[in-house]
Amino acid sequence: MLHQFADRFSTTSAQSELRRAQALAADDEEFSDAAWGSEAGLGSLAKGVPSFSVPAVSDPSAFLRLHTDDHADPSCRIKIKHGTTTLAFRYQGGVIVAVDSRATAGSYVASGTVKKVIEINPYLLGTMAGGAADCQYWETYLGIHCRLHELRNRERISVSAASKYLSNLVYSYKGMGLSMGTMICGWDKTGPAVFYVDSDGTRLKGDLFSVGSGSTHAYGVLDQGYHWDLTDAEAQELGRRSIYAAGHRDAFSGNTCNLYHIKEDGWHFIGNYDISKMHYEGPGNVPGAPGHGYGYDIRVEGRSSADVAPVAA
Amino acid sequence: METSFGITGKGYVIIAADTTSARSIIKMKTDEDKIKTLSPHLLMAYSGEPGDTVQFAEFVERNIRLYQIRNLYALRPAAAAAWIRRALANSLRSRKPYGVNLLVGGYDTASTDPHLYWIDYFGAMTEVPFAAHGYGAYFALSLLDRYHDPEASLEEGLAVLRRCIDEVAKRLVIDPGKYKVKVVDKDGVREVEL
Repeated sequence: MLHQFADRFSTTSAQSELRRAQALAADDEEFSDAAWGSEAGLGSLAKGVPSFSVPAVSDPSAFLRLHTDDHADPSCRIKIKHGTTTLAFRYQGGVIVAVDSRATAGSYVASGTVKKVIEINPYLLGTMAGGAADCQYWETYLGIHCRLHELRNRERISVSAASKYLSNLVYSYKGMGLSMGTMICGWDKTGPAVFYVDSDGTRLKGDLFSVGSGSTHAYGVLDQGYHWDLTDAEAQELGRRSIYAAGHRDAFSGNTCNLYHIKEDGWHFIGNYDISKMHYEGPGNVPGAPGHGYGYDIRVEGRSSADVAPVAA
Repeated sequence: METSFGITGKGYVIIAADTTSARSIIKMKTDEDKIKTLSPHLLMAYSGEPGDTVQFAEFVERNIRLYQIRNLYALRPAAAAAWIRRALANSLRSRKPYGVNLLVGGYDTASTDPHLYWIDYFGAMTEVPFAAHGYGAYFALSLLDRYHDPEASLEEGLAVLRRCIDEVAKRLVIDPGKYKVKVVDKDGVREVEL
């Protein structure tokens, strides 16, 4: 008796949700044309465009800046996860995407098992650097729109179009505190493609990019080892080796390396490699592996730059 | 570190811009084209706030094209530059201004003379015989005061541009790297190798 009463008047129960939906549908005699996809399939969503609730202050982006971390204020209330190494490059055999898996909040290692490659759909990958939530949310959102593009045009979206969709989207939020540096990678009609997109609205087409606090370290190895005619094994090894280099030198990157390879039939997950293990033992028995650890001391073991002592006569 | 140059000569305008895209201390790209062809006889070099630059340039590109489709003829350089300046000036007085500096160079097919406009992100515009944006301006403007010739042939014009680029490479701490060079004259727009 009591719970019937509660159901009838509660505003949060499943029944009241249903009541509200019924009341909403009853407002119109029939469902409007909007419900049948004539508004590009978006008409059936809630009335109006999707929106966020923002803090009830006069300038929400200034409010966010005040409460999130930047270089000036390490003692702030909300710490956004930063610090990353991600890389992607295009070569003869497709696209290699490699990332580390460490998330830090200030000097604290918040997680060592983060998935920084976002699987947008079977042909598109996005990487995550900067705000983890921003990247995850907007790249998943991008995935929804890539699927809608497929349904509307009976054709897969190009990497160029997908990345431009994302860059126009983040540009519309410019100055409001979004933080993301991402590479949109995939294979389309034009072959393998990599685009760099970041939250200030920059969008660059290129062969080779690295993003994050460890990117300089990764570039050092990547640029020197890169050329277009790499074999698949060489390319995968280069991706792994570059992330190792960054994981070793950059305090805000590390733990493990996730490696993906994009070919004509879409992306393939190649493996997860422990960076400490790579330092001492190498990546294990995988294509392209050097057969020993990547660490300097391991690589040069037994070698010496001392002159050979003159043999006494 | 972004640098762009504009030089007028006998019946032509040369527009040159560096091709590096940098993010803090890292060169992300070294073959970026920062000069847009707005119409058959109009060029625009753009630099400034990342993100704003391409968005604003594409906005201008599409509006200039729209004018041409509606009226069956393209805007003359003076009119196009005035429209672009106004777009920047209106933007400056909005909630989120575009931070973009421009060089607009065009050949006026009606009066058969070249025009070069220097425009900054405040919406200040001036017509000049030669112009530069970025740190390169500090080295190149004095050099151009000394060497520019309004009656220079294209070869001579390109030689002066070469001087500007070499001087910046020699004295600026950070070398802007390779440049993209485009010329507009009575025959239209074309890219040239230095």
